[in-house]
Amino acid sequence: MTTLYAPDGDRGRAFDPGAEATRATEAILRDTLHGTHRGVVVDSPPGAGKSTLVVRAALELAAAGRPLMVIAQTNAQVDDLVLRLAEKNPDLPVGRLHSSDPDPYDKALDALPNVRKSAKAGDLAGLDVVISTAAKWAHVKGVEPWRHAIVDEAYQMRSDALLAVAGLFERALFVGDPGQLDPFAIVGAEQWAGLSYDPSASAVSTLLAHNPELPQHRLPVSWRLPASAAPLVSDAFYPYTRFRSGTDHGDRRLAFAVASDGSGPDRVIDEAAETGWGLLELPARHTPRTDPEAVRAVAQVVRRLLDRGGAATSERSAEPVALTADRIAVGTAHRDQAAAVRAALADLGVPEVTVDTANRLQGREFDVTVVLHPLSGRPDATAFHLETGRLCVLASRHRHACIVVCRAGVTRLLDDHPSTEPVQLGVTVKFPDGWEAMMSTWDQWSEHRVPWRP
Amino acid sequence: MSLITALARLEAVRSGRAQPAATVRHRHLSERPLVLVPLTTAGEAGAPLGALVGTERDAPRLLVVPQPRDRDLRFAFLADLADIVLPCVDAYADAVETAERSETDPTTGKRVKVEVDLCADAPQIIVPSRAGIEFVRLLGRSMRFRRTAEQDPETAHPAPPRVPLLGRWLTHYGERARVPGSSLLLALTEVLTRHWATGQSSLEDQHLGALLAWIDPPDGGSGADAAVRAELARDADGQLLCPPAGPATDPAFDNKLLAPAIERYDRARTRFAAAEDGVEADDRFGELTAAEREIRALVASRTRPTWDAVWRGLDLLRALPEGEHVVDRWTRDRWSFTMHRDRVAAGEPPQPRRDDAVTAANKLATREREQARLEAQEALDDPLVMAGRRLAGEAFAGEVLDVVMTYSEGKRPSPRPLVTLRTEDRPHLGERTKVYRSLNGKPQAAEFVGYEGTEGSAGPGGDGADVLVVLRVLDKMGRGKEPEAGSVPEKGDRLCFTLFEHEQRGGAKLPDPEETPWTHGGPPGEADATAYPDPVTEEDLL
Repeated sequence: MTTLYAPDGDRGRAFDPGAEATRATEAILRDTLHGTHRGVVVDSPPGAGKSTLVVRAALELAAAGRPLMVIAQTNAQVDDLVLRLAEKNPDLPVGRLHSSDPDPYDKALDALPNVRKSAKAGDLAGLDVVISTAAKWAHVKGVEPWRHAIVDEAYQMRSDALLAVAGLFERALFVGDPGQLDPFAIVGAEQWAGLSYDPSASAVSTLLAHNPELPQHRLPVSWRLPASAAPLVSDAFYPYTRFRSGTDHGDRRLAFAVASDGSGPDRVIDEAAETGWGLLELPARHTPRTDPEAVRAVAQVVRRLLDRGGAATSERSAEPVALTADRIAVGTAHRDQAAAVRAALADLGVPEVTVDTANRLQGREFDVTVVLHPLSGRPDATAFHLETGRLCVLASRHRHACIVVCRAGVTRLLDDHPSTEPVQLGVTVKFPDGWEAMMSTWDQWSEHRVPWRP
Repeated sequence: MSLITALARLEAVRSGRAQPAATVRHRHLSERPLVLVPLTTAGEAGAPLGALVGTERDAPRLLVVPQPRDRDLRFAFLADLADIVLPCVDAYADAVETAERSETDPTTGKRVKVEVDLCADAPQIIVPSRAGIEFVRLLGRSMRFRRTAEQDPETAHPAPPRVPLLGRWLTHYGERARVPGSSLLLALTEVLTRHWATGQSSLEDQHLGALLAWIDPPDGGSGADAAVRAELARDADGQLLCPPAGPATDPAFDNKLLAPAIERYDRARTRFAAAEDGVEADDRFGELTAAEREIRALVASRTRPTWDAVWRGLDLLRALPEGEHVVDRWTRDRWSFTMHRDRVAAGEPPQPRRDDAVTAANKLATREREQARLEAQEALDDPLVMAGRRLAGEAFAGEVLDVVMTYSEGKRPSPRPLVTLRTEDRPHLGERTKVYRSLNGKPQAAEFVGYEGTEGSAGPGGDGADVLVVLRVLDKMGRGKEPEAGSVPEKGDRLCFTLFEHEQRGGAKLPDPEETPWTHGGPPGEADATAYPDPVTEEDLL
């Protein structure tokens, strides 16, 4: 493992990411297995090994003979956890509690002999680990409470969802990423703002408001983000709980077989391959959300990424790995933008690239991402577009490089639209706010700017 | 703002007239709504200055507080308001029909049907603007914890008998107004902006006069010009020709007309109090009455135009036919009214100042469900609303080109017909996306199979050509091997499928408040549950 030197204050002391991460994990497991508190909270920055931690904690709790329930937020997360658990310990009896809809779980689970699936919690009683979504757990009534629970993606879980399931367990480990998108309600919830149990707030904020003494840990190393990205993401979105990259500059490399043709997309690809970031800046203009020029630019960048025969070198393998369509993703703020990019990619004959909104990209990982900036072409900056978590998700999905496509004029737009959200009594002010995060990331990206007039 | 709203607003700017945003009326309107046009005093939150109130268009009752900071006069105002509003409530509370409701049997724990009363209709309150709803809520909060002399003989400032009850009802109405699609308490500007798109900003739309000018300009002129006049035009004395709908008043009116009148009233009252004999008192009482009458005239002059505007707005809305699902939502409002009636009758305490964790979560869940229900129902009731959803890729309409019968695998094969639909829309369909159409008022589900002519679910390119969508119909075809007649689309049918569900599932039941878990602070303490009025401070009294 590479040895890095910690910046500034810690200068001179060797920072060994592997050892740091192990130390943090040991402390978390100690508190979870042997602590006296009813809850343990773990903050995990992007790609810090949250799923690995959840799987390990589940296995150790099961080994200690404590019946365990695991609460995740989506069916995809639940199936993923079941598969990971079975991979680590194929003999562990696992229950997959699912809904009664058709096709409620991933068919891959049928191949696992020790995974029992049922829509009734009663059928799964006595199994070491039972896993389901918060929504499904909320319907489980009249059962003996579990000794232990693990709540995954707890910062994306709403307080009212925790209220519905908290009666099912005695103690719990809460794991999540505080920097990603906050949960939201489709109706106004200002009436409860400032209450410790505001139902629209995140599960963790309610939990900690009522139980401030609970131990809080954090994972200090991002294994996903490259050394070029970790400082920017950490400074912009986690200024008080910094993390570092597990790899050093030079550990990862992105190279292309075909030389640049000098066009904007090719130049921004080269800049991103070299430095980890690229900003393709189109001329300033107010546009509809599905800005045809910007959408086409995004599609062209993806097309060129594939055409130029990219190869990614990383600590995962000795040989460079080809940059294929499944290792590339496009992130947008809105669903109609994603649909427009998909259509543009289909026009260019690139169907397999993942194109989705920030909400749906949460928890996923790619080699290269292309991001349509949330403020591109906008005449105004609303709370939605300024949300810290949205930008954080978009800027932290990549292992090698991230290319941002945006119209010029973001600084001007930000200057014209200072944050004007009403201050609510009793609500902890989130820092940095979206405005600040937008500004600091933009400053950094401007150093990787490739202006282009399509 | 959705694309179709943006388009309607642009068309409104170009034509100078508001454009329809709906073809049917999406809110219930009562035959005899109770219209309330309140005014408040500048500088003191929740101090009413006066109101026009009533159910008769030509005979509103004018209530005025000549000195808004005087608590006795304020109480008198509230008592008068209670005397108008509460008989209205009572009249509806007694007319009931029998309905069924499922309840959990306390002994067996099973869900059983029970017969209960459901009020046949409910009183509807209309205020001019959203700020009016806030004011209703504020009035409710200021009244519901008050104690009458009967409830608490010790209280220093007993409220008139029916005032706390009015506070509870207004609180209930204010809270109900937060439920999407409810119609117990409506702000007219909000209902109008739901049905028409103007060429001004949504902030400006909150000015009732300007909004009506866009929708229905006088003499058929330009709505844009009329709106500017309604907002800004002043007479020679600097007073607005079209007073704001309130409850806040125009500062020019406060400073130039109202403040001097109140000062005269105060002086007259002091002189009357200082009168030394009967004759003097009679004279000075005359002065006092005249001063009061002056304030009444001022308040009337600022509320009457709004009162008339509200009724004009109601006329415009009544001209639209009612949407099909409106009655369904109004029934929910009637349930809400009935259940609050029952709580009052059962002697339950007033609504607590703050919701406990379970109540808050339940309310949020209800409102989210109602929001989804409202959005689905409005689209199903109204082709113009559905057009917006189609433009947004959330629905698609087209002609059935082909139907191929296939069957599901398994022991008992069920029909799973494949339907090919030609559409100009660009729905956001992914692999096996569920879509729904309305079949005799019930949703029939189908899943997306692919686009014909292109591979898999890759979807069409950006050009404007028609696409062929292949769907597999999944349900509502009966139990047999052959589908029931009329349950499968036929060649040539024009159908509209939505990507959103038509009906909302109930959420999971939350624990009882007494079983609030440790993560949410445990069960609420007793201290919080008891409602006391706010402590009276020195600033409360003159």
